[in-house]
Amino acid sequence: MTDQHVRTGARTGAGAPAGHRLDPQPGEVIDRSRTFTFSWNSRSVAAHPGDTIASALAAAGERVLSRSFKYHRPRGLLTASYHDPGAIVQVDDEPNVRAAHRLVAEGMRVSSQNTWPSLRYDIKAVNQLAGRFLAPGFYYKTFIKPERLWPVYEKVLARFAHAGTVSPDTPHGYHDKRFAHPDVLVAGGGPAGMAAALAAARAGARVLLVEEEHALGGHLRWGGPGELDVLAELRAAVAATPGIEVLTDSAVLARYDDNWVAVVVRGLPGGGERLIKARVGTLVVAAGLIERPYVFAGNDVPGVLLSTAVRRLINLYAVRPGRRAVVLTANADGDAAVRDLRRAGVDVAHVADARRGEDVVRVHGRSGVRAVELADGRRIDADLLVTATGWTTPMALLNMAGVRPVYVPRAARFVPGEALPDEVLAVGGVAGDGTLEQLRAHADAVGAEAARRASARRATMLATVPTRPDGALLPPSDQRPVPIPELPLDDHPELFRGRTHGMVDFSEDVSSADIHTAAREGYDSVELVKRYTTVTMGPAQGKLETVNAVAVLAEATGSSIAATGTTTWRPMHVPVTLGALAGRIHEPVRHSPMQPAHDRLGAVPLVAGQWIRPDHYGDPAAEVRAVRERVGIIDVTPIGKLDLRGPDVPALLNLLYVNKWSKLEVGRVRYGVMCAEDGVVLDDGVTGRLAPDRWLLSTTSSGAATVWEWVENWLQTEHPDWQVHVTPLTTAYASINVAGPRSRELVGRLTEGVDLSEEAFGYMHVRTGRVAGVEDCVLWRIGFTGELSYELHVPAAYGLHVWEALLEHGRDLGVAPFGVEAQRILRLEKGHLIVGQDTDGQTSAFGAGLDRLVKLDKDDFVGRPELAWEHETGGGPRLVGLQPLDGSVVPPEASLIVADGSRILGRVTSSRMSPTLGRSVCLAQVDAAHAAPGTRLTVHLPDGSRITARVTEHHAHVDPDGTRLRGGSGGPVGPVRETGVPIARSAIAPTGPTVLEDGWEVTARRSTVHLTLADLSSVTKMAVRAPHGGAVAAALGTRFGRIGRIVRDAHGALVVGSGPGEWLVLDVPGAQDALRSRLVELVAATGEFASVVDLTHGRALVRLRGQRSADLLAKVCAIDLADDVVPDGAALRTSVAAVVTDIVRDDRGGVPSYLLHCERSSGQFLADALLDAGAEFGVEVDAYPEPAPGP
Amino acid sequence: MIQLPCPWCGLRNVVEFRYVGESRPRPDPATTTPEQWREHLYIRANPRGQVLESWYHSAGCRRYLRLQRDTVSNQARPVEGAE
Repeated sequence: MTDQHVRTGARTGAGAPAGHRLDPQPGEVIDRSRTFTFSWNSRSVAAHPGDTIASALAAAGERVLSRSFKYHRPRGLLTASYHDPGAIVQVDDEPNVRAAHRLVAEGMRVSSQNTWPSLRYDIKAVNQLAGRFLAPGFYYKTFIKPERLWPVYEKVLARFAHAGTVSPDTPHGYHDKRFAHPDVLVAGGGPAGMAAALAAARAGARVLLVEEEHALGGHLRWGGPGELDVLAELRAAVAATPGIEVLTDSAVLARYDDNWVAVVVRGLPGGGERLIKARVGTLVVAAGLIERPYVFAGNDVPGVLLSTAVRRLINLYAVRPGRRAVVLTANADGDAAVRDLRRAGVDVAHVADARRGEDVVRVHGRSGVRAVELADGRRIDADLLVTATGWTTPMALLNMAGVRPVYVPRAARFVPGEALPDEVLAVGGVAGDGTLEQLRAHADAVGAEAARRASARRATMLATVPTRPDGALLPPSDQRPVPIPELPLDDHPELFRGRTHGMVDFSEDVSSADIHTAAREGYDSVELVKRYTTVTMGPAQGKLETVNAVAVLAEATGSSIAATGTTTWRPMHVPVTLGALAGRIHEPVRHSPMQPAHDRLGAVPLVAGQWIRPDHYGDPAAEVRAVRERVGIIDVTPIGKLDLRGPDVPALLNLLYVNKWSKLEVGRVRYGVMCAEDGVVLDDGVTGRLAPDRWLLSTTSSGAATVWEWVENWLQTEHPDWQVHVTPLTTAYASINVAGPRSRELVGRLTEGVDLSEEAFGYMHVRTGRVAGVEDCVLWRIGFTGELSYELHVPAAYGLHVWEALLEHGRDLGVAPFGVEAQRILRLEKGHLIVGQDTDGQTSAFGAGLDRLVKLDKDDFVGRPELAWEHETGGGPRLVGLQPLDGSVVPPEASLIVADGSRILGRVTSSRMSPTLGRSVCLAQVDAAHAAPGTRLTVHLPDGSRITARVTEHHAHVDPDGTRLRGGSGGPVGPVRETGVPIARSAIAPTGPTVLEDGWEVTARRSTVHLTLADLSSVTKMAVRAPHGGAVAAALGTRFGRIGRIVRDAHGALVVGSGPGEWLVLDVPGAQDALRSRLVELVAATGEFASVVDLTHGRALVRLRGQRSADLLAKVCAIDLADDVVPDGAALRTSVAAVVTDIVRDDRGGVPSYLLHCERSSGQFLADALLDAGAEFGVEVDAYPEPAPGP
Repeated sequence: MIQLPCPWCGLRNVVEFRYVGESRPRPDPATTTPEQWREHLYIRANPRGQVLESWYHSAGCRRYLRLQRDTVSNQARPVEGAE
C-alpha cells in the first residue's frame, strides 16, 4: 500500500478495520481483501492472510497470551518476534509454537499452554504467593532430603512444568535432508545480508541466503518510506541476480568445524522441517541486532513492549498496540517508535528520554499495564509502555566459530573480539553501526571478499581431487584481498536494570533479585549463576537475557560487565525438531540372494550386524535332528571370503595366522586362527588353496570387514613389498552349507566335474565344479556342524537357483533348511567355539584352547610375543566343555561360575538344550586351576539360584572322535539331475513384470520420464589390480579418478580407475570369458604383478540418468557433485546413504548420468534409498537401456 | 565435522575414515621386552598439538594413510608413508 495518509483515532462506518486494526500501512504484509477465522481458546477470532497468530490476536484486542513458567504470571507480547517469550502457544497437536512468527491459517485451533483451568484464572498463579519457596536453585534445594519424597516432588513439579501437549496419534511426518556446498552462505536477509549476497553472487559465487522471517528485509520492513524503497530495490536485485538461492522461514542452526553448517528449512507444505547440511566456503554472519528488554518492577506485565515490537505491529500488521502510551527511549529507534505510535493514533502521554537521565521505575497492573511510575515520582495512566534501551549482538554463530565476545562500555554492548577465522565474516549490526549507506558499502565489500576467499579455498581443494581431468583449468585465485571499510560503533547509554527489580529471563521466571540471591549464596560466576538459576536456559537461549543477566551479576558482585563475561553459545542457535535432525534414517540392511526363499519358507529373521539371516524356520530342534539324521542346508552367505593372489600369499598367511601355511597344497583346506598384536583371538576361519597362486580365505560373518581391513593394513603399511592382491568376495558368492549323513548324495545329484567319493574328495579339501548347471562353484569339505558336509560357494546371482534345486532334488532324502539357531546348537554339540561368543576381548589363543594350533617355532607372526610369554608363565582362563548335572537345566549364557560363595572363576559362554543328547550342553571360560576334566563347578544363575556342572573331557559333547565328519550314509552319489537353465538374479528385486535377458531375470518396465534409475547388475565386471602407474595402467589407458574406453567393435568396454592400483572394467552381460581372456592377455604382456578377478556377481550396479541426477544424489551423498569437481568421466568412491558406493559420471546423450555400484548384498537398500530420495523429483525405474549397447 | 586430506582422494568428511591410531614404530618382536611391547600396545602420547597418526579411508580409496594433525585446530596434512 502506498497510501501515506493514515487517519488517526478511531473510525466508524462501514469497512472500518475491526478492533485494533489500523488503516492500510505502506509496508503491511496482510491481505485485507480476504478475512477468515481461527479459534483461540475456543473463541472465534478474525484474521487476514499474512497475519501471524499474535498479530491477529493483538488486532482483536487480546493482551494476555500465556502464563509464565514458575509463577504463572500473565504474559503478553514483548518483542512480537520469533523469540517472544510470552507468545508461545499450542496449535492443534503441535506444542510450543511461536505465535509471533507462525502465520495463521483458516480453521487453526490455537490454545494457550500451561494454564488451568483457563488463561484468565490460572490456579497455579498461587505460585506467586509461594514465591519465597520457589527461589532460585529451588530444584537443587528441594531434592536433598528426605530421598523417599523425591518421586512425590517429581510428580508435582511435572504438572507445573512448561509444556504444551503432544498427542500420541499425531501422524508421522516425512522429514528429509540434503547436502549443499555453497561458496558463500549468508546468515540473515536484512539489508546487509542482501547486499553481501548480491556482491558475492556478482563475483561469481554460489550463494545461499538464509532468513528466519517469512520475507527478506530485516528491519527495513517496518521502516519509513526511504527504508521501504531500499527494501524494494534490494529484493528486486536479489530476485534478478543469478546464483542466489533464497531460503525464508529458515534458520542457520549451527556452525561446526571447517564451516560445516546446519540449516533448517521450516514452513514446508504439509508442515515439517527439513535439514540442510552445508559445507560452506565462506560464512557471512548477518544476524543483525536484537533489542534488549529493560529490567524493572512489572516489566513482564502485558502491555510492556519493546520499540521493535510496536513498530512491527503498526507497520507490518496495521495493529494499534494500545490506546495511551509511555515511551522510554535511549536511541533513534525508540524515537522512530514514538513517531510510529503517533501516526497510528496512540496517545503518547509521556516520552522519557534516558539520554537525559530520565527513567521508568515500575509498572502498575497485573494482567495489563494500568499506570507507569516515573523516576521523578509522577504516575502516568497508560495501557502501553514502550522501551528502547539497547541492542544485543547475536553472538551465537560467531562464538561457535571460536570468536569470543568483548564488551565495549561506551556502546553498551558486546561485539565480536578480534580474531574471526579466515572462513567467517560479519556484516550489518553484528559488525558495527553507521548509516544504511555505510552498512551497505561495508556489506558489499565483505560479500566480494567472501566470494574471493571461497574461490581460493575451492581452487586448493580442486587441485587435490583425482576426478579432475588432466589439463583442466583451476579457478583463478585472486591474491589481493578486497579492502573492507571500517564501520563506526555508536555510543549508547548503559541501561540494563532500572531502580527496581524485575524479570531478567521471562521464560524461566528469573528476576534480577534472584540473581542477587544466587550471588549471595556463593554462585557468583556467570557459569554458576546460569546453571543455578537457569537464567538464559529457556527457548531464547540468552538472546534476550544474557546481557542483562551479566550486568545484574556484575552489580551484585561489584564487578564490571567486561570482567564478568558471558557463557558459551552452543548449537542449536534456534530450536529444531528431532524429526528434522533424524531425517531419512539410513541403516543399511544386507540381503542374501536366498532371502526370497527364506521369506516364502516363513523364516524368523535374525538381524546380525547389517545382515538379515534366517534364525529358524519354526522348530530349531527339529532342524538339528534333520542335520544329524538326514541332510540340512543353511544359508551362510555372510561368511567373509577373501580372494588372495600372488607369490607372497603363504608369507601373508604365516604372518597373520598362528599356525603354519607354507606347505598347503592345491586342493587342501586348513583351519586357522588370527590373533591381534596382544595375542587376543581376532578371528578364525578356513582357508583353501584353489590353484597354485590362488587362495580363498574365509572369516567369521561378523569379522568379514575387520579381517579384510586387517589384511590390507599389514600389506599396505608393514609389507608394501609383498606381492599379494586381496579382493573381497563375501557377497560375490552365495554360500550354502549342505550338512548331514546324506549330504554327499544330495550334492552328488547336482554336481558335475568333481569326484565326490571319500577317497577323491576328503575332509578339509576344496574343489571347483559345476553345481545345478552353474559354473565356477567352489566346494569345500569342512565340518562346523560335525556332520559330513559340503560348503558350496556359488556365484551370487545363481544362489536362489541352487538353493531351490537343493530343496527340490533332496526332497526324498528328507532335506530341510536350517537356520542360525540350529547351527549354533549343532556346533555347540561339537564343541566348536565362536569367536566373540566363547572368546572375548581378553581371550588369548591359549585361553581359547587352541594350544595345538599355536606354532611358536614359526618366525614372527602377529601375536607371537604375548603368546610366547604366556606360554612360559601359564595360568589364565581356559575354555572348557561343561554339562550341568541336571540335564534339564539350561544355564543362561553369561551365568557366572563361582567358588566359596562369591569368588568368580569364570562364566558360561554358550549354552543350549541339545536335541541330539536330550540334555543341556555348554562351553565356559574358567580359571585354569579349575579346568581339569571332571571338576565340579558351581554356576550362579541370574535368578539367584545355583546349580552344579561338570567339566567334560572334550569340548565336543557329541562324537568327540569326529567319526561322523568322515562318514556318511553310504548312499549312491549321482547320477546328476537336470535342473534347468540357471536363472541369474540381481540383488535388486525387479519391479513389475520381468523378462529373461542374457540369462538374467530383469524388469520389463520401461520409462521415458526425465529421471530414471535402471538396474545394470547383469553387466560383466572385471576387477584388475596392478601397480598404480605401470605398464598395465598405460595399457588400460586411464587411472584412478577417471574413466576411459577400450575400443573394440562398435562400442568399448568401460574402464574405470576405481582406486590406486585398481580398475573395474565393465562390458555387456555375458561377456565374462571373453573379457577375462583379453585382460589376462593384456596383463601378461606387461610382465607386471597383476590380477584379474571376476566381480560380475559381487557388485550391484545401477544407472541414474536425468537432469536432476545430481540433486537426487545431493540428498544421500555428502560429496560436492558440481561439474568442476565431478565432471563427465570422473570416478570416485564415497558413502551414499551410508553404503560405501562407487560413483562414475558417464553422461549419455548430453544428459547427466551416474553409474553407482556397491557390494551386492547392499544393492536393494541402495536402490530403495535412491528411489526414496528421488521421489520428490519424480524418479522412475527403467529397464536396462536398449538399444544402445554397452554399460 | 572436520575434513581430512586424503592424499589420494582429496578433502573428505571425517566420517569416511576409520581412525587407526598414533603412528609409532613397531618394536622388533624378536628382540622386544614385555615392557617395550606393552608400551607399544597401550601407551599413547596424546599431545595437545601436532601428532602423527594413521587413518584408513574406508569409504573411499581404502588406503591406509598417515597424517600430521593439530589436535587443537584439527588442521591436518598428509605425510609420506602409510605407516
